[in-house]
Amino acid sequence: MFNNFFHRMASPKHFYRLAGILIPWLAVPCLLLTLAGLYYGLVKAPPDYQQGDSYRIMFIHVPAAWMSMFIYVVMAGAGAIGLIWRIKLAEMVAISSAPIGASFTFLALVTGSIWGKPMWGTWWVWDARLTSELILLFLYLGVIALNNAIDDKRMAARAVAILALVGVINIPIIHYSVEWWNTLHQGPTVTKFDKPSIHLSMLIPLLLMAVAFKLYYAFVVLMRARCEVLDRERNSGWVKELAEKT
Amino acid sequence: MNSDSLTRAFVILIRRDLMLAVRHRAEMANPILFFVLVTSLFPLGIGANPALLQAVAPGVIWVAALLAALLSIENVFRSDFEDGSLEQYLLSSHPLSVLVLAKITAHWLVTGLPLLLISPLLGILMGLPVDAIKILFITLLLGTPVLSLIGAVGVALTVGLRKGGMILSLLVLPLYVPVLIFASSAVDTAATGLPVTAHLSLIAALLLLALSLSPFATAAALRVSLS
Repeated sequence: MFNNFFHRMASPKHFYRLAGILIPWLAVPCLLLTLAGLYYGLVKAPPDYQQGDSYRIMFIHVPAAWMSMFIYVVMAGAGAIGLIWRIKLAEMVAISSAPIGASFTFLALVTGSIWGKPMWGTWWVWDARLTSELILLFLYLGVIALNNAIDDKRMAARAVAILALVGVINIPIIHYSVEWWNTLHQGPTVTKFDKPSIHLSMLIPLLLMAVAFKLYYAFVVLMRARCEVLDRERNSGWVKELAEKT
Repeated sequence: MNSDSLTRAFVILIRRDLMLAVRHRAEMANPILFFVLVTSLFPLGIGANPALLQAVAPGVIWVAALLAALLSIENVFRSDFEDGSLEQYLLSSHPLSVLVLAKITAHWLVTGLPLLLISPLLGILMGLPVDAIKILFITLLLGTPVLSLIGAVGVALTVGLRKGGMILSLLVLPLYVPVLIFASSAVDTAATGLPVTAHLSLIAALLLLALSLSPFATAAALRVSLS
């Protein structure tokens, strides 16, 4: 019964309809929260006593960095579900997540770099966190490249799932190796500027933005998965009906 | 199907691959030549200052070993894929992961082991002290099997693709980062005369982890690639 429910929910046709209903319910709150977060972050929150106004990029940077890791784990989890239970929908979610995750990783790197210029005086330092984020970007690009290289969609999805699982085992290892590498080699040249425990007026916009980014991921992944569903099911009856109706 | 016949299959597969390699001796030499050539390009590129060379030597030698491993790993399943014997392994009643491990072992014996044996020479060329050369040898002994094991997963994923080579490097190189970091910093630390037990233990841990997980991932990837 439980199984049955999942299989019915995961049927492409049902998913297509349900996702279509859900998307506006996710997109509108996302927009509202983004506006609220940006307003409180850029206008209401006081300037930092050390960093002035340039700290405000944090409201984009930190949620983007959180998302970059979150999405990789979701991708690997969805990939594992697709591999084990052969649920096509999970495969599509995994595939659709990769470009979004790569974009968030890229955004985190770029905003971090822009932040680093006034704070550290340089665009790039081989700091442990920056390096592991860069490697994460490479892992995402590998997933995307592998997916593009395999013509058969189902085969590509399963290959990507295996790669994502291998990657998810490696991410902690890479993270700690990079962290130790930095401390082994050169000691803290980049002093982590002592962060004053974050004030509520800064924490609230940060959390608003974090939730907004989560919602953004949720509705964009649904949109991408809907396209993927149409693409894969293009020969089935319900897609033809849909195409004729519109 | 008892474990005795599985052991036999394992040994036969290794022996077959070694015999094939011996019959194509010229191919065996390529990774070694590549390894030596890339390493000897660095003094030409950055100047022959002994202090500078010694400082970059661990990283340079290890990066060259990494690239040589990447270059040669592509062949681990290639010929078997082309002549169809890979499909026979899939159909065989033995667990695919064990057969895959035999393939990887044979491949390491043919390509990894020669790198290991030639490495002291490169250490001398780059002006490393003797203690550091010993550690370089041990890190390569522990590290190159990890490279083969991780690389095999990537090869298994890309074996059926026409332009697999470029993608393979994108898939595999990020996963090589931990080995590179621990190994080159072990050699670096040894050159300054400090103990390196911690580094070596970590590389050994990576080896055990790769040894226990990679055959399963490789087998799963081969099943996908050949489906």
